[in-house]
Amino acid sequence: VAPAEVVTWAVRSGQLPLTSMASAENEVCAVWSVACPSQTWRLQKVQCGLSGAGQVPSTNMAAGDAGRGGVWMGSRADGPRTSGHVTGKMAVFPWHSRNRNYKAEFASCRLEAVPLEFGDYHPLKPITVTESKTKKVNRKGSTSSTSSSSSSSVVDPLSSVLDGTDPLSMFAATADPVALAAATDSSRRKRDRDDNSVVGSDFEPWANKRGEILARYTTTEKLSINLFMGSEKGKAGTATLAMSEKVRTRLEELDDFEEGSQKELLNLTQQDYVNRIEELNQSLKDAWASDQKVKALKIVIQCSKLLSDTSVIQFYPSKFVLITDILDTFGKLVYERIFSMCVDNRSVLPDHFSPENANDTAKETCLNWFFKIASIRELIPRFYVEASILKCNKFLSKTGISECLPRLTCMIRGIGDPLVSVYARAYLCRVARLTWGSVSCSALLLNSVMSAFRAEFIATRSMDFIGMIKECDESGFPKHLLFRSLGLNLALADPPESDRLQILNEAWKVITKLKNPQDYINCAEVWVEYTCKHFTKREVNTVLADVIKHMTPDRAFEDSYPQLQLIIKKVIAYFHDFSVLFSVEKFLPFLDMFQKESVRVEVCKCIMDAFIKHQQEPTKDPVILNALLHVCKTMHDSVNALTLEDEKRMLSYLINGFIKMVSFGRDFEQQLSFYVESRSMFCNLEPVLVQLIHACVAYCFITIPSLAGIFTRLNLYLHSGQVALANQCLSQADAFFKAAISLIPEVPKMINIDGKMRPSESFLLEFLCNFFSTLLIVPHGRGAGVYLTVLVCSTVDSNDSLYGGDSKFLAENNKLCETVMAQILEHLKALAKDEALKRQSSLGLSFFNSILAHGDLRNNKLNQLSVNLWHLAQRHGCADTRTMVKTLEYIKKQSKQPDMTHLTELALRLPLQTRT
Amino acid sequence: MGTALDIKIKRANKVYHAGEVLSGVVVISSKDSVQHQGVSLTMEGTVNLQLSAKSVGVFEAFYNSVKPIQIINSTIEMVKPGKFPSGKTEIPFEFPLHAKGNKVLYETYHGVFVNIQYTLRCDMRRSLLAKDLTKTCEFIVHSAPQKGKFTPSPVDFTVTPETLQNVKERALLPKFLLRGHLNSTNCVITQPLTGELVVESSEAAIRSVELQLVRVETCGCAEGYARDATEIQNIQIADGDVCRGLSVPIYMVFPRLFTCPTLETTNFKVEFEVNIVVLLHPDHLITENFPLKLCRI
Repeated sequence: VAPAEVVTWAVRSGQLPLTSMASAENEVCAVWSVACPSQTWRLQKVQCGLSGAGQVPSTNMAAGDAGRGGVWMGSRADGPRTSGHVTGKMAVFPWHSRNRNYKAEFASCRLEAVPLEFGDYHPLKPITVTESKTKKVNRKGSTSSTSSSSSSSVVDPLSSVLDGTDPLSMFAATADPVALAAATDSSRRKRDRDDNSVVGSDFEPWANKRGEILARYTTTEKLSINLFMGSEKGKAGTATLAMSEKVRTRLEELDDFEEGSQKELLNLTQQDYVNRIEELNQSLKDAWASDQKVKALKIVIQCSKLLSDTSVIQFYPSKFVLITDILDTFGKLVYERIFSMCVDNRSVLPDHFSPENANDTAKETCLNWFFKIASIRELIPRFYVEASILKCNKFLSKTGISECLPRLTCMIRGIGDPLVSVYARAYLCRVARLTWGSVSCSALLLNSVMSAFRAEFIATRSMDFIGMIKECDESGFPKHLLFRSLGLNLALADPPESDRLQILNEAWKVITKLKNPQDYINCAEVWVEYTCKHFTKREVNTVLADVIKHMTPDRAFEDSYPQLQLIIKKVIAYFHDFSVLFSVEKFLPFLDMFQKESVRVEVCKCIMDAFIKHQQEPTKDPVILNALLHVCKTMHDSVNALTLEDEKRMLSYLINGFIKMVSFGRDFEQQLSFYVESRSMFCNLEPVLVQLIHACVAYCFITIPSLAGIFTRLNLYLHSGQVALANQCLSQADAFFKAAISLIPEVPKMINIDGKMRPSESFLLEFLCNFFSTLLIVPHGRGAGVYLTVLVCSTVDSNDSLYGGDSKFLAENNKLCETVMAQILEHLKALAKDEALKRQSSLGLSFFNSILAHGDLRNNKLNQLSVNLWHLAQRHGCADTRTMVKTLEYIKKQSKQPDMTHLTELALRLPLQTRT
Repeated sequence: MGTALDIKIKRANKVYHAGEVLSGVVVISSKDSVQHQGVSLTMEGTVNLQLSAKSVGVFEAFYNSVKPIQIINSTIEMVKPGKFPSGKTEIPFEFPLHAKGNKVLYETYHGVFVNIQYTLRCDMRRSLLAKDLTKTCEFIVHSAPQKGKFTPSPVDFTVTPETLQNVKERALLPKFLLRGHLNSTNCVITQPLTGELVVESSEAAIRSVELQLVRVETCGCAEGYARDATEIQNIQIADGDVCRGLSVPIYMVFPRLFTCPTLETTNFKVEFEVNIVVLLHPDHLITENFPLKLCRI
């Protein structure tokens, strides 16, 4: 079809050389409705009168029966159904269609296929953010703070967004320079893994937390590092006279290293600080490697001292991380050195050695370190350094670590600054993970552990925790809360398979003994999820039964609807198979506990929601149907005059979802009786009734093909389509009509009627008449567009292939076209009267295009009509020049084709209006 | 490099008791064969006493320093003059540890005015052309466990402005109440000094609480004796304004070599004390002194 766009037009008037139509004021037009097609369809009679034809100067129309044209839509009183059939006689323009090859045209219109090249830019390719950019942004944030203006030192979150950095890469970038400090990242990870061998690999590794802390606690304030490499003179006494050579060398060594040197580094940015600490970390390693153990110790002491300074408090957590990195390095160096001493040529110490395996030299060295550290003057460094080599206690005694821990813990009490002391505790906890499990603790602590640690970690040790819960001191913190916390963890992570049943038994033993219904339900609610997750309906049934037993006395359930609702939700979440769900005996009795209507409806909604979400296959399972009908009925019965529209819509949606999933397969009787039952049950919800109609329509659609008589089928399709249309089931109607159309080619020439073979033509004709008149009102667009569509419709493939060159059909067809065309012209005139000039113009052009596309313009009358239409389109200056130009170009292009040469002449007759 | 001489004592911690046998090897390592005039090994134990400058005049202190007391001394000829082959030669040795005459093997102690030290010295005499080689090595003597039962002697203490002596203007002191205890002032040298300190109340903020370990050395001589107290180490047990009413542990490991069981002889004495030092803001220093008795069991 040639380009035909409706655009906005400039207003022009009265200058056209040809006025194919009478001017508006002279037209009399009775009712012409262009409203909703379904309404048009109900229109009993449309009359259109035309007067003053004489004023139409020189048109083909004038030559014809202009002025006498009458169109009416006849109503055929055929039962309740009304259908319109155009029977107008207004042979103004005989229709002559041109030959078209749709396939070829389609092929020529298609876009050229271009082979796809992978690897090139593609709009759907994931966006990659270049790291270099984000780094730059970050650096701006941290270094520009040297300038005094504070505004420049802060990265504007909006501008950073404009920079194209997404929050994730920002995060990565902020973490990045800090992460540079972790030169030994891989070794650290390995060490973390080693350490985790005691607590389990599922313990959240420090490396994770570390990165988070560094990224989160940053500052633009100035930092300072104060390192005092003081000599240890006086500590060991100044009388070196009688000292052994070795001690003397030691002391000299002490003096050598920047004796008394005080390094105070002020005005450091965060980045500088990080770099300095990394330098210290490096010099620690260097000192160690060059056997300067004392210097190494000094560095560690000085670094830990920095932790007593809380001046830039928001940076403290990051400082803690950086410095404990150094401590970790130190702890590792000491441990590995001592460990290496235990290795002689013959054997390597196993990872889990006992102190007896360590040789005397190793022990002596280890002891030396402890003595040395015990004499560190200041509390904070002494604490940190000792904690850093806590692991070395393994060389000395089996219980060394666990004996040390309480002492170190008490030692922290001496730290006056609360922040410093809390971080000291944190460090101790981190290094003390090694002795996990050896502590018995209070219920409160246990609960904190269960809520703070990762669920996976807790879950794998569920049995240990149950043991600890049983033994712990309950004062001030009831045990059912502990079981609740444990249950919460188990809902998130799975315990080892072998423990699962035992865990449930142990826990439920305690839960079921809870007297207070509130305590009970709070606990039980959490454990239902665990039960559903890992066990079968049998266990779930037991649990539900237990809940019912606890909650029924004194109507305790009335106070616990939220928890009970949660239980239902969890059960539904894990039992997607509704036949299994409803075979859980206590499920429906459980539902009966919801006696408050609003809650009951809520629960029903949840169930239906889950059903719609999870039920994949249509079902006819009587258990499901019964139960869900009951559920739906509950929902439906809650509807009353006060129910909100929204609520009704929701309920209807849910019930409809259910109805859609019910299928009895080929058993249509059952299906229908189900619909009947549904109808009687859900009569208050209109959308449900609509759904039922849909369902019935669908039922028809399925049933019709099973009939034998082809005309019976055709007519039933038509009738069903009309019913569907009347009930606004447009897509269903469409399906019926399509089915009918595809059935038409199968109509045999002769059919058997009352034992005699008769030609089928008359039947077909009658059917088609009905069919087309119905089609006429099938909404395809709006207003007159319908007719144009019909015009196109009349040449559709199916008809063509059916009737091929049947002249009779063509004649009929042409006749139909003529009628349609006459009507369109009438309508155009009516438009002029209504002063809908733009509409007239666009419709005229559309009409022109249709004729151009389908009509044979070698026919003079058509040719003339198209010229008239062309002028009409441009009249009043309403035409879009661009469209007109394009159309003309199209005609000229077409005229170059061999059998279209006549268009050249036409093109010459089509003037273009210039806008002046 | 030429010839190296080394002494390796068998015990890693080099600790021996009276009556035991000190054993080890002398290691001679060299690329070439070594000519020598004999190798000897000397074991020596001495007490060095020194008078402090405070007790007597500086000049006197240097001059009058008491003559070292030799506790043990023996030399053995390990190898007669000859030649060591190239490579490493190990020569084992054994010394029974017996004091001279009726003398006692005091425990090793490195102090300021008193030093008790035991050494092994290996000498390789060589021809005139080559320098003699000497290697010295200290070993440690622990005195024998004391006989009799060890009885702890706990001590409780309370410190308030009123309990202080040596205060010029008592009225200027901020109010405070410190309570605490030491688990025992009789201490086993291998066990830490332990106790608790509670700051019950204090008007002034606490700056620091420290444990000062002090040695008290007394040297007797004809003219009388000199008694000097010097600090061995100072251990901070509280840093900053600690929580009131929460006990802060008192804990101090006795450093090796710098401490020994409390020692009392005719010529000298070595005793120990601990000071609990509390520093208050802005500048108050409170010291509570506890004499200790160290022993080895």
